[in-house]
Amino acid sequence: MKLLIKGGRIVDPLQNLEGEYDVLVDDGKVAALERNIKPGAGVEVIDVPGCIVAPGFIDMHVHLREPGLEHKETIATGTRAAAAGGFVAVAAMPNTEPVADNASVITYIKEKAAREGAVRVYPIGAITKGSKGEELSEIADLAEAGAVALSDDGRPVMNAEIMRRALEYAGMFNLPVIAHCEDLNLSAGGVMNEGFISTILGLRGIPAGAEEVMVARDLILAAMTKGKLHLAHISTAGSVQLLQQAKERGIKVTAEVTPHHLCLTEEEVVGYNTNAKVNPPLRTRRDCDALGSALAGELIEVIASDHAPHAAEEKDVEFDFAPFGMVGLETAVPLVVTFLIRPGLLTWKQAVAAWSSNPARILNVPGGSLAPGSTADITIINPAEEREVDVRRFYSLGKNSPLQGRKLYGWPAATIVGGRIIMREGEVLV
Amino acid sequence: MSLRSKDLLGLQDLTAEEIGLILDTAASMKEVLQREIKKVPALRGKLVVTLFYEPSTRTRTSFELAAKCLGADTVSIATATSSVAKGESLKDTARTLAAMGVDAVVIRHSAAGAPAILARTIKASVLNGGDGMHEHPTQALLDMFTIKEKLGGFRGLKVAILGDILHSRVARSNIWGLTKLGAEVRVVGPATLMPPEIERLGVKVYHRAEEALEDVDVINVLRIQRERQKMGLFPSLREYTRLYQLTPARLKLAKPEALVLHPGPMNRGIEISSEVADGLQSCVNEQVTNGVAVRMALLYLLIGGGSREALD
Repeated sequence: MKLLIKGGRIVDPLQNLEGEYDVLVDDGKVAALERNIKPGAGVEVIDVPGCIVAPGFIDMHVHLREPGLEHKETIATGTRAAAAGGFVAVAAMPNTEPVADNASVITYIKEKAAREGAVRVYPIGAITKGSKGEELSEIADLAEAGAVALSDDGRPVMNAEIMRRALEYAGMFNLPVIAHCEDLNLSAGGVMNEGFISTILGLRGIPAGAEEVMVARDLILAAMTKGKLHLAHISTAGSVQLLQQAKERGIKVTAEVTPHHLCLTEEEVVGYNTNAKVNPPLRTRRDCDALGSALAGELIEVIASDHAPHAAEEKDVEFDFAPFGMVGLETAVPLVVTFLIRPGLLTWKQAVAAWSSNPARILNVPGGSLAPGSTADITIINPAEEREVDVRRFYSLGKNSPLQGRKLYGWPAATIVGGRIIMREGEVLV
Repeated sequence: MSLRSKDLLGLQDLTAEEIGLILDTAASMKEVLQREIKKVPALRGKLVVTLFYEPSTRTRTSFELAAKCLGADTVSIATATSSVAKGESLKDTARTLAAMGVDAVVIRHSAAGAPAILARTIKASVLNGGDGMHEHPTQALLDMFTIKEKLGGFRGLKVAILGDILHSRVARSNIWGLTKLGAEVRVVGPATLMPPEIERLGVKVYHRAEEALEDVDVINVLRIQRERQKMGLFPSLREYTRLYQLTPARLKLAKPEALVLHPGPMNRGIEISSEVADGLQSCVNEQVTNGVAVRMALLYLLIGGGSREALD
């Protein structure tokens, strides 16, 4: 089956290509990328004037919750949320029940995803058994089963010695270690950013330092071990500064930022809005600005959603008792378009790289290019489309978004996986 | 004039005029309390529930007395647990109470914001009896009533709040209320017990008691909880006492007639010496009486539906 994508603006950071080209897809691959391709017989044409046509977006930080927490999300619903949000692939965090700390859970996720998933799913294995931070998981087994990275996300590896050994050992398999940077002694039961707002609301604060202390530690360990360190969801201006110093010193490290840490501040918590309770917490405007500049300066390579769905009744409680996390797959693109691209703080090329070629390179998975011959994983975005966020329309089981009712621009118009259109105009077709 | 909101969640939400109205109404209520028959039928037929997720005798008793003196019926629910894993959610409890037709719910909860959830869920008036480290508005209002009764007003007064400011909802409510009415508020305590950026609330921060107490009109002494020491927030009760206990010598640094307030229950010999607690400047017992009057005023203004004249 042939598909012709006509009239869009191609943004392909790997080929350093930006401009009006048509894309011809044949048999799941990009067959041609040229100006004004004439549709032949039997070619399905989608006209996307004014739209951005990019290599398929990969969200490298997603909680699919399966196995074990299917009341929050499943592989079937989470991957449909991904498709709706313009993503062709997601990397699934291992904090499921049981934890994905062994080959059988990784295999289960891969098989389930192959059967029920709408997009590609790359499982991430746990760094330590049960993500308890005590003993290394069987990392060779995880790698052979298909884990693309290691992480104890949701918790830090508090023991620096274990983290050192994880970086060394994972390095043998070229697996990145994705660090959730939080010093649990400093975060000490905190539930939001520490500052004036936490003082007024009477909520326990998580200081920026709780993250920065661990970022500094992990950067030192990365330098020591030559391991492949990736910093998950960094949230503070101080972390950005540490990252910059580390890169200047030549330490091998990559980092990601979430759309919510880029765009939203701790003010969202006012009124005890549990949908704004995330870890790391939403910080200040100053932090948002520093993160945005770091992304535009290509110091931070990746945008990842940290999509963290929860059931309504779990969030509909006292702020202290609500779990951390917000859904992000279905609002990630318009949030970044609205807050960063439209105001001119980030170029499309940078955003597309942060969502496609960079995560593909870090995870060592295919993707990130529309060059003829590559797999036809394509994300199409309509930058002009303006719509209010409506959580009731989410494909995710999780409706825990603080963005309900907010007007955003730049919604995904189509998601194409392996040459097959799986989402069109917000409607998931698989 | 009446209150704008159906609820009393905190002094952050009140205007200076509203605070004035509450304090004036409380004065009338205090007069009722001094009568032979301490009861008026202003809230006859109304139902007030106290819903306490944290132990408290004084605040709850005070609210119950206040409701009864106004002729309302009271029911008290004490819920030992603060765990959501077991038992009913706060919202479901709220809906149950609403279905029983309550007019006002007084809630105390260890989680900041719990009264706000309740207020959003039900039509009845919600009175915050203390939520986490957030606010304890009725305590601050009774402190302010006591100050106003003794000193006539707030403008230009210097008020020192002494102790564990970080964990104190009493401190936060007092800061909101006192600064709105023109008092100068000083907070004093160890650096480890100061909330971040508290100075942005318009208060002066001190770490030396001697400096903070100089020339003040009021000293509000906060209770120090022993578990804070175990959390590593200060080295020992002995050292805390040595640095921050309100002693007769420290009291002398304040104005001669300065008032000593304490929200209770007191740790004698820790944050306050017995001599000061029982001394002439101590208003501790009067605070308790005033607490009933202030809570009567609030119930009356929130669910009495009338003007002050209806009291007679």
